[in-house]
Amino acid sequence: MNDFSANSLVLEVKQLSYFRNEEKIFGPINFSLSGGNALLVTGDNGSGKTTLLRVLSGLLKAQSGEITVSKPGQTYSDLSHACAYLAHKPGHKAELSCIENLEYLQAIFDNVKPELIEPALAKVGLSGYEDTPAKQLSAGQNKRLGLARVLLSHSPCWLLDEPYANLDLQGIELVNQLIREQTGRGGAVLLTTHGAYAAPAVPCQTLVLANSRAEQ
Amino acid sequence: MTSNQGALSLFAAQCRRDLRLSLRRRGDIAQPILFAIMVITLFTLATSAEPKKLAELAPGIIWVAILLSSLLSLDAIYRSDFEDGSLEQMLMSPAPLALLIGARILVHWLSAVMPLVVLTPLFAQMLFLPSDLLAPLMISLLVGTPLISLVGAVIAALTVGIRHSGMLLALLALPLYVPILVFGAGAVVAASQGFAWLGAISLLGAGLVIAIVLAPVAAAAAIKISLT
Repeated sequence: MNDFSANSLVLEVKQLSYFRNEEKIFGPINFSLSGGNALLVTGDNGSGKTTLLRVLSGLLKAQSGEITVSKPGQTYSDLSHACAYLAHKPGHKAELSCIENLEYLQAIFDNVKPELIEPALAKVGLSGYEDTPAKQLSAGQNKRLGLARVLLSHSPCWLLDEPYANLDLQGIELVNQLIREQTGRGGAVLLTTHGAYAAPAVPCQTLVLANSRAEQ
Repeated sequence: MTSNQGALSLFAAQCRRDLRLSLRRRGDIAQPILFAIMVITLFTLATSAEPKKLAELAPGIIWVAILLSSLLSLDAIYRSDFEDGSLEQMLMSPAPLALLIGARILVHWLSAVMPLVVLTPLFAQMLFLPSDLLAPLMISLLVGTPLISLVGAVIAALTVGIRHSGMLLALLALPLYVPILVFGAGAVVAASQGFAWLGAISLLGAGLVIAIVLAPVAAAAAIKISLT
């Protein structure tokens, strides 16, 4: 497994706000996250947790504020090429088997290591499902396949949007274990939850997003 | 790995995924074929069954049937990738999006349009097209239909985030498809009247070369705009 301690990144967010059609979705928020740490973003439905993750991942551009991602020798203005993003949407094709999906994603992320796919599937509890099309998997198993993708990305930063959704108790423990391992190797993790699930049994900072529409 | 090999293996990985997907959704391959067969059959039923009249109309009917059926499948180029989040993964990956989109368009042409071109001799028989016009018709389709897919892919990319974008797609595509149809079907009509027909094909070919270079880049830029 990679060790990010030599390649650790620091994420700094200053006065970041996001507006959609003049309506504030979140912000302004400030935080910093460095390798080896986890940040839990909590807030009610509609408080902008997913939007925050999409802004950090570079899929959306914030109107004001500053994001700095610094790795030794490099700085970026978003995390797009330094993170693995687990969203609400699965991110893989329903018609393809677990292995075919992961092979394709390894190819486009320039990280072809076919020998790691089966151990990763076993780790997320999908051994025996290697050749099963994703559409025959349950919602929780699809989430697990998404986690296998994140695990295989060897990304120094993980953005996990509601990673506990649809998972059973072992699945929740699996997410916590994966997060502990990622921070243990010097990687960073940013995860969201709306708080209905128990807070992760992982030492982490917390950022609470208030519902900006309710404030007004 | 040199960057050229990297680009090639990326292109191959995208093609492999998309070919697998189209093989597993065989119904999607059958739809444009059935549509084109329906249009051509209904046309012969609705107009006179006189072989001479049908032969005159044949190039136009075949071109229109293929063009409309490829319009039907246009929306499917990015729809499922958008809905299941695969497009987001492509955007976030270090791979150049234009390269992945280029492979996507190639496979779309192979799975949704090329079967129609292969079936064209059959369509030509159904419409009593004189056999010496089959070569100009096939050549015009081979040059013109990839151009249709490339232009269509740019328009589909512009509407990718919009729900129920079918009508908008058709409205935007129509004016861009007209010149392709005029030159494509026009070449066959010119050939039937004994005129030189390679000129129109060369113009289509020039358009195709430009579109191969520019359309994937434009489509990638349009996807970035419509998703952010």
